[in-house]
Amino acid sequence: MTLILDPHIRGLLLAVFSILGMAQGIGWWLGRTVKDLKQKEVVENMKTRIGSWWVMVIVFCLSSASGPLGSMLLFALISFLALREFVTLTPTRQADHWALFAAFFVILPLNYWLIAVHWYGLFSIFIPVYAYLWIPIRSAIAGDTKEYLARSAKMQWALMVCVYFVSYAPALLSLRIAGYEGPMIRLLLFLVVVVQSSDVLQYVFGKLFGKTKIAPNISPNKTLEGFVGGVVSAVAIGASLWWITPFTPVQAAAMALIIALMGFAGGLVMSAIKRDRGVKDYGALIPGHGGMMDRIDSLCFAAPIFFHLTRYFFAH
Amino acid sequence: MKEIIGALAKIFTGVVAYWVGCSPEGKQRVYFANHVSHFDFLLLWSALPKTVRTTTIPAAAACYWNKNRVRQWFAEDVFDAVLVDRENIRRANNPVPKLAAVLDRGDSLIIFPEGGRGRTPEIREFKGGIYHLAKARPGVEFVPCYIDNAYRVLPKGEFMPLPILCSVTIGSPLTLKHGERKQEFLLRAQKALEACANDPHS
Repeated sequence: MTLILDPHIRGLLLAVFSILGMAQGIGWWLGRTVKDLKQKEVVENMKTRIGSWWVMVIVFCLSSASGPLGSMLLFALISFLALREFVTLTPTRQADHWALFAAFFVILPLNYWLIAVHWYGLFSIFIPVYAYLWIPIRSAIAGDTKEYLARSAKMQWALMVCVYFVSYAPALLSLRIAGYEGPMIRLLLFLVVVVQSSDVLQYVFGKLFGKTKIAPNISPNKTLEGFVGGVVSAVAIGASLWWITPFTPVQAAAMALIIALMGFAGGLVMSAIKRDRGVKDYGALIPGHGGMMDRIDSLCFAAPIFFHLTRYFFAH
Repeated sequence: MKEIIGALAKIFTGVVAYWVGCSPEGKQRVYFANHVSHFDFLLLWSALPKTVRTTTIPAAAACYWNKNRVRQWFAEDVFDAVLVDRENIRRANNPVPKLAAVLDRGDSLIIFPEGGRGRTPEIREFKGGIYHLAKARPGVEFVPCYIDNAYRVLPKGEFMPLPILCSVTIGSPLTLKHGERKQEFLLRAQKALEACANDPHS
């Protein structure tokens, strides 16, 4: 309940909800005025996306409000759904069955348990060292050498991206920062708000002013105008949120810049995998957005860097 | 009970049905699918809309599902499955009259015309059973259903399922033509299933 009682967070949530309400209003207005068929399609997709945003924001608020354990469970579920999409998209063989079974039902829960009990030392090497080594060992024991290295690499990537990197977001809750008391969920909120608003504003600026394609082979929708507009406004949003962080306004802006750039890179990398596999989305879980991985690709790359920068420079 | 198990299977694999060749109607049909996993009938059944699946009954191999009490309970008591023999077919244990009896009481069927599970996702040659059923009950629609990815959920020889996203692509119904020969019908049915497999949805 601390979440709702904290006046700072209450203000932030109010802002998020009013922005969503405004977006909903704009969508409704555009739906009535736009006549062109192709544009209508874009507006329809936008309205579906906004509808999904309501659900995502509410789920996120409810889990955050139920305390650190709630956030932990939410991100564990997000990891599970992302891992399922990733593994579905990158084919393995029957010899990998047990390695994958362990990934879903042993490694993933253990990783989040280590965060929940604040065992940082083991959490930070559990997947990069132990799981990383275990996967090829298990597949080698199974004895199938066909595309062996590729299969191992796919499973290692899947665990790193979908579980390890994502779990850095709730790991923020276990940081101890001098002079920054009160609910740590504020730091997680900062990350999530900056990452997602950067994503959304890149999309909005791209749709409004986008001309120059930035990565035509990987992500035909990403434009230079969208990139600049999105990143600059995410930095502005980050800086204006300095009061919920342990940072000064300038530090908050710098952090937001790094988060936005890593987020962009994450989107690019995860799209490259999709193009390689010849699909448009990782799944169809979130109407208008695609799969879970399509929504969190930028978070995967931003969370670990943000965590380690904060830990190195601010935590004790 | 089977609604709960079906819902769990749906959550676990996120299975969705793409009706590319027909629409989900309450009319009587025989859904025939590729077979790679014990999980197949459950996946296909749970992907059907509620109005359809309440009257749809899977056919399953007696030699597997009769092996112990738990399996028997699962197949016969929970899913009401028709257990059919696949080997040493004589007049007494001929599966076709058993399946025809299900159709006669008005229900729909799920069958696996390859006659057993494959180790790879490729569709294998159909056995004659589907033709004999079509001949016994001409006029009934046979609907091809391609189950995608089930071989990764529970491959032959494994017993713990993996959460892998699955889909079912449901194609256009076919009926036995007047005077159609066995090989012709089997090939036509097989081609229809392959068409579902090659559909961009799956």
